[in-house]
Amino acid sequence: MRWMTQLRMGIVMLFARRKAAAQLDDELRDHLERQIAENRAAGMSAGDARFAALREFGNPALLREQTQSTWTWNWLELAMRDVRCGARTLSRSRGFSFVAIAVMALCIGAATSLFTIVRSVLLRPLPFRNPARLVMVYEHFRDAGFNSQGFNYNGVAPADYRDWRAQTHGFEDMAAWRYAEINLTGERGELPELVEARAGSWNLFSLLGVQPALGRSFTEAEDRPSGAVVLLSWNLFERRFGGESAIVGKQIHLDGKPYTVIGVLPKWFIYPDAKVQLWVTFASGMPPEILEHHDYHFARVIARLRPDVSLANALSQVEAVQYRLHLRNLHAPVAEDVAPRTLNEDLARDVKKPLVILMCAVACLLLIGCLNVANLLVARGAARQKEVAIRGALGAGRLTLIREQLTESLLICAAGGVGGILLSFAATKWLTSAWKDLPSAEGIHVDGLVMGFACALVFLSALLSGLLPAISSTTKAVFALLQASSRGTAGSQSRTALRKTLLTVEIAMTVVLLIAAGLLLKSFWRLRATNIGCAIDNVLTMGYSLPSQKYDNPAKVDAFNEALLDRVQALPGVRAAAIGTVVPGAGAKDDAIFTIPEHPSTAPGAPLPDALFRMVSPSYFSTLQIPLLSGRFFTSQDRTGRPRTVIVSSVLARQYFPGEIALGKHLHLVPYGNADYEIVGVVGDTLHQVGQPEMAVMYFPVLNGDETRGMTLVVRTASDPLPFSVPIQKQIAQIDSEMPASDLLTMQQIIGDSLVNQSLISTLVLAFAVLSLLLASVGLYGVLAYLVAQRTSEIGIRIALGAQREQVLRLMLLDGLQPALIGLGLGLAASVGAGQLIRSVLYGTQAVDPVVFAAVTATLVVVAAIACLAPAWRASRLDPMQALRTE
Amino acid sequence: MGKPSDLVQGTLDLLILKTILLEPKHGWAIAKRIQQVSGEVLQVQQGSLYPALHRLEQQGWIKAKWAESETGRQAKFYALTAAGRKQLEAETANWNRLSAAIDLVVTEA
Repeated sequence: MRWMTQLRMGIVMLFARRKAAAQLDDELRDHLERQIAENRAAGMSAGDARFAALREFGNPALLREQTQSTWTWNWLELAMRDVRCGARTLSRSRGFSFVAIAVMALCIGAATSLFTIVRSVLLRPLPFRNPARLVMVYEHFRDAGFNSQGFNYNGVAPADYRDWRAQTHGFEDMAAWRYAEINLTGERGELPELVEARAGSWNLFSLLGVQPALGRSFTEAEDRPSGAVVLLSWNLFERRFGGESAIVGKQIHLDGKPYTVIGVLPKWFIYPDAKVQLWVTFASGMPPEILEHHDYHFARVIARLRPDVSLANALSQVEAVQYRLHLRNLHAPVAEDVAPRTLNEDLARDVKKPLVILMCAVACLLLIGCLNVANLLVARGAARQKEVAIRGALGAGRLTLIREQLTESLLICAAGGVGGILLSFAATKWLTSAWKDLPSAEGIHVDGLVMGFACALVFLSALLSGLLPAISSTTKAVFALLQASSRGTAGSQSRTALRKTLLTVEIAMTVVLLIAAGLLLKSFWRLRATNIGCAIDNVLTMGYSLPSQKYDNPAKVDAFNEALLDRVQALPGVRAAAIGTVVPGAGAKDDAIFTIPEHPSTAPGAPLPDALFRMVSPSYFSTLQIPLLSGRFFTSQDRTGRPRTVIVSSVLARQYFPGEIALGKHLHLVPYGNADYEIVGVVGDTLHQVGQPEMAVMYFPVLNGDETRGMTLVVRTASDPLPFSVPIQKQIAQIDSEMPASDLLTMQQIIGDSLVNQSLISTLVLAFAVLSLLLASVGLYGVLAYLVAQRTSEIGIRIALGAQREQVLRLMLLDGLQPALIGLGLGLAASVGAGQLIRSVLYGTQAVDPVVFAAVTATLVVVAAIACLAPAWRASRLDPMQALRTE
Repeated sequence: MGKPSDLVQGTLDLLILKTILLEPKHGWAIAKRIQQVSGEVLQVQQGSLYPALHRLEQQGWIKAKWAESETGRQAKFYALTAAGRKQLEAETANWNRLSAAIDLVVTEA
């Protein structure tokens, strides 16, 4: 049982160390006394016996130390001693310690917060059964132009999914889900509510390995258009149904139809989004013919890989099926390929790139912080040359000296780390709330692993910032100090060179950060300044959906819409009101392919024309002030039963009718009534999303009555539109008290929403850049002040010998500006590379933007000059007599 | 200071273990005993004895107990542990092999 003995010894040595030390003293004294007794027995006098014994015994302190060094925990004792020593030295220079700790706290805090988000968003395995084998499968078009618009991962058509699942064997199973928005009406007079929902195939939950917390999951028989079962999210269950488990088995009304609640999902289940309130079956409420389409790309497909099959193998089977489908549907947009994506990346979507950019910026900041602390430590090392030299002369090993200095930087970084972690609690919370559309934002918090990361950061930054100064301040040259007079040793010169090098690197990185921030800001300003193509001031939008159960024929739908428009237009202060499916700036949403009967059929395999699909009321264009270029707007005559008409955007006319007059021509839409629509008007272009290129749009009359879902009421008012929201909601309630309105947003907000993240990221990077500029200028000031102090007597002699003050000023300024200018050059060169990295998130801004580069150069030179001016000025004002007397 | 030159590196542990095989001894007695048995050839310096004793104790080969010594004072007595006994056997075997080998080389010439 040797390990037990060792363990016991370990415990004794840890907790009874003082007693062990006393016992060692006793033991050694006992030995000494026996020696004395022996010597006396051999006939020596008392004094001689003692002296002889002591002589033989050697240095008792050394013996004690040597013996103690064999004890376990000796390293801990040494470390404690270093820490005590380091803490004492740090507390002696409070100002230095405070600055260094604050810098490290900021840097470590920022890095920790960002890591927390990156981990939750990109790295954390989802809480499903064996998540590593889950993969999203998308359709993928080979057309390069299509891919450059960001359509690399296309939704899957339901019939494609059905064929993949039936005809391939590489996956254990495949499941699908689609978006849904459902009007949840009250049973007992509760307010109607438009909830975000998903429709999942019956096998989705078993594929993910998720058991409902209450009740059961879907069955295959329920996954059909008439299926009327629903799974509640835990959130909805608690919020709306008071957490009563009796709700399972009861009926609730979705879009006016009764659905049976069969279960409640667990609280932790927030896939794919925490906003999802309930799940119905995939086919539920779907017109059966839509499920047969190969070109309605609205499903998301999750597949679970079989353990014995590689992803490439499984995918190649799906690809083969998809290519056959493509060949069979050459004129429809059926993709040639499929593309896989991990679940995490799928959820991270557009967030990944900005996160990576921010991560790089934070890494830069952390490095700059370390360099700055290193710089401060080098300066302090200069002040402590004598101490180090004396200790070295007294026998301290170089390793011991380095270890002690490293302990100091470790203490700084550890204190900074504690501050940083506290900071990151707040910063993470703020970031997740400020960042729109951050996936799994609710699950992001600082936890053990993040703490571990922060600790690793602390050690890394301690090494980074401490090692170089420690090594440089313990070189042999330091010991020469003892031989030489008090100043002007070789050591201080190499130290100045070291500080200048550190500073150059620091400035170069600052320049990179500044330029990245400048590019992002410019891109953001360009985005803000874009003209979206319609009125954005004093415009309020409001979403609503008509339950198809109640509004089961076009006449009822038209009646509601017209009644709503009449009532809203009659409100005082309302200039105009209109109805549309999607307003500009709110995203691409629906699109559809069409053919042009007047044109000869396109070559087989060529992609069919495609345009955004909108339905609008006659007043839509005048309300949003979208200009009419030719033809006419819709009138209230463009409705059910009348000749089919369409209005197109100018891009569509230019793109598909080049050199022709589009008016009077026709568009043929297979999915929309399989009919020809006559072009009666051409209107100005609008942007579907700020920052995205203009796309062709076709507008159909909303008074056809066949669209009931996802309607948007658009109201232009004479003044601030928000106060109108309540009167308008009252009008809706007067027509139909079960009708909820959702997403009350002004046009400014809709456009702003798509800019929030851009603004957030550019502001953050700018903040990092400004911070590093501040650090760099402090560093610059410190180096030059140090230089001036070192050269005091030299400058004194120069002035005494007749040097002009301006000459001295110029000399010192140039000396200080030299690292700044070299750093600037290096930084500009590196920025060209960094610009390429962020090019994909820039809008209307070149990666090498002369204005930004020039502005950054000017800023840096000015800031550097200011930082250098004070010490240089002081040098030029030196009183030579004073300077020479300080010798 | 340092290790005694007249002791082959690493053999001090073996000597200590062997010396306390029969009965527990305190540090001074161990040094004396080694000196005596080796016919005054091996001189164990305190500078190496005590670090070695403490190291062996930390390693669990020997254990220490405070007891009254023959002079009536408290002294620290070191005794072999079961693991130490095995270690002694192993080290003895190792020593025998090594010394035989050295002997071979030296006498061969």
